[in-house]
Amino acid sequence: MAAQMTDGHRRFLQVLMSHGIMEGSVARTLHKDCCEIHKVYYAHDKLDDFISVVNLHLQPLFMQIRKGMSEDDGRTYYALVNLAETEITKMASDYTENELELFRKTMDLIILSESGFASSTNILNLADQLKTKKMKKKEAEQVLQNLVQDKWLSERDGEYTLHTRCIMEMEQYILNNYQDLARKCNICRSLAIQSQICETCGIGMHLPCAGKYFKAQTEPHCPHCNEFWPHEIPEINRPDSQLSSSASTERRGPSASGTRRR
Amino acid sequence: MAGPRRSQGPGPSQAEDASGEPCALGQRHLQRLAPAHVDQKVSELVQYLLVKDQKKIPIRRADILKNIIKDYKGVYSEIIKRASRTLQQVTMVFGLQLVEIDTKHHIYILVSNLPRLEGEDLKQDDSTAKLGLLTVILSFLFMKGNAAKESAVWEMLRRLRIDPGMRHEVFGDVKKLVTEEFVRQKYLEYNRIPHTDPPEFEFQWGARAAKETSKMQILRFVAKIQSKDPEAWSTQYNEAAAEVTATGGLFQDTRPLGDTGGASQGARRRNRSAHSQPERPVS
Repeated sequence: MAAQMTDGHRRFLQVLMSHGIMEGSVARTLHKDCCEIHKVYYAHDKLDDFISVVNLHLQPLFMQIRKGMSEDDGRTYYALVNLAETEITKMASDYTENELELFRKTMDLIILSESGFASSTNILNLADQLKTKKMKKKEAEQVLQNLVQDKWLSERDGEYTLHTRCIMEMEQYILNNYQDLARKCNICRSLAIQSQICETCGIGMHLPCAGKYFKAQTEPHCPHCNEFWPHEIPEINRPDSQLSSSASTERRGPSASGTRRR
Repeated sequence: MAGPRRSQGPGPSQAEDASGEPCALGQRHLQRLAPAHVDQKVSELVQYLLVKDQKKIPIRRADILKNIIKDYKGVYSEIIKRASRTLQQVTMVFGLQLVEIDTKHHIYILVSNLPRLEGEDLKQDDSTAKLGLLTVILSFLFMKGNAAKESAVWEMLRRLRIDPGMRHEVFGDVKKLVTEEFVRQKYLEYNRIPHTDPPEFEFQWGARAAKETSKMQILRFVAKIQSKDPEAWSTQYNEAAAEVTATGGLFQDTRPLGDTGGASQGARRRNRSAHSQPERPVS
């Protein structure tokens, strides 16, 4: 593709970068606006082509606009990520050595957990065991807040997991470093931080992937070992409502397409 | 296409001997290893610039040396040489230009070279509100002849019901925001007025403000708020017009501020209702 960068592409990239991560429908609106403002050719279903042009030019800078899926709601998200797999260089520009160590140890807790969450208590207890430089609990709390604000972690009820943006940026790094300890979704084959796991054979699935796969099945069975799937199947509702495991009375049609993660 | 693994911290790199000093043997190693590592360093430098600038933190050469170049001082010039090529790529792809705002201390910011517009929605509302406040302050300073005493600025803000002595619902510690955050981000300068005792301070535009907006844009903002023609203020208009000529007419549009976020009309409307500001700032 010999397509050129236009100011429309540049504006899209600047805005995306300033947000860090952007939900699909917001990205589509931005695509439309950028094309309109700069009088660039626009087709409403050609966002991915538009992004490919940008990615072609981002390659020499070892960066990419990547498309991913939120583990919470299954929605599509776009983020600007580094292609260098081996280091968390983007974070390294923003955090000190011991803050990075705290983050890495938090990531350990999250990935090695069943639920994909680490409690704030457990994380704060790591603070005075840091090898680089010990940290007081108050300081660690502030670092956690910063990590949430910068969208590396997300917090729910006092527990922390990796933010979608973090998963998108660091998937390769995590798979390389944790190898078999990091779970992969049996359906979409991508890294799964939060997952439902078959108690018999151990395969895991993202919650949104499970929701889609088991949709309308009265007796869900594990796709791998065929045992009864013991977990509550998340309902796939409209894209803008959170997936909940409690039964919802409103089913508003088929789930949004494009939840497959590349 | 992954970059090579970055050295993790203190400890001799392969290009140095055990004491950490580049030795003659080390130099030869350095030359052999240089290309891939230099590319990686360049990539780290670009990341560093982008990340820092997103937070509006001006980038110092000293920090680049400390945080990025680190053990590779021997190939610093090579890194910088390749970096400028890479930065051209950054400019081409992102539309961002690296600008040195302090040539003595070598401090840089990234400035967007895209034409700026009204009604942009680049950052969260928190930043938009802050930039709205900043626009008001910059306007005040310009209309007052490019500088104003600290006390005058607080007085002006108090009339907008933003009291630096009290915690503000949106801005929090207003005094800290204006005298520290805006100053650190190079939007404002906060200088001691000589020969004053007790010491008094005055505000001026900072280097980033000068790069991200212009006198003409600020004047048009003031004119719009007051429903007048910019030419109604002949002194300021002449000054603004002279700046336009000097900069080759780069700033053509009407929006006062910002590449990454700005006081759009929508934001100003939101700000007014959020803070119950009167329609007109004092000029």
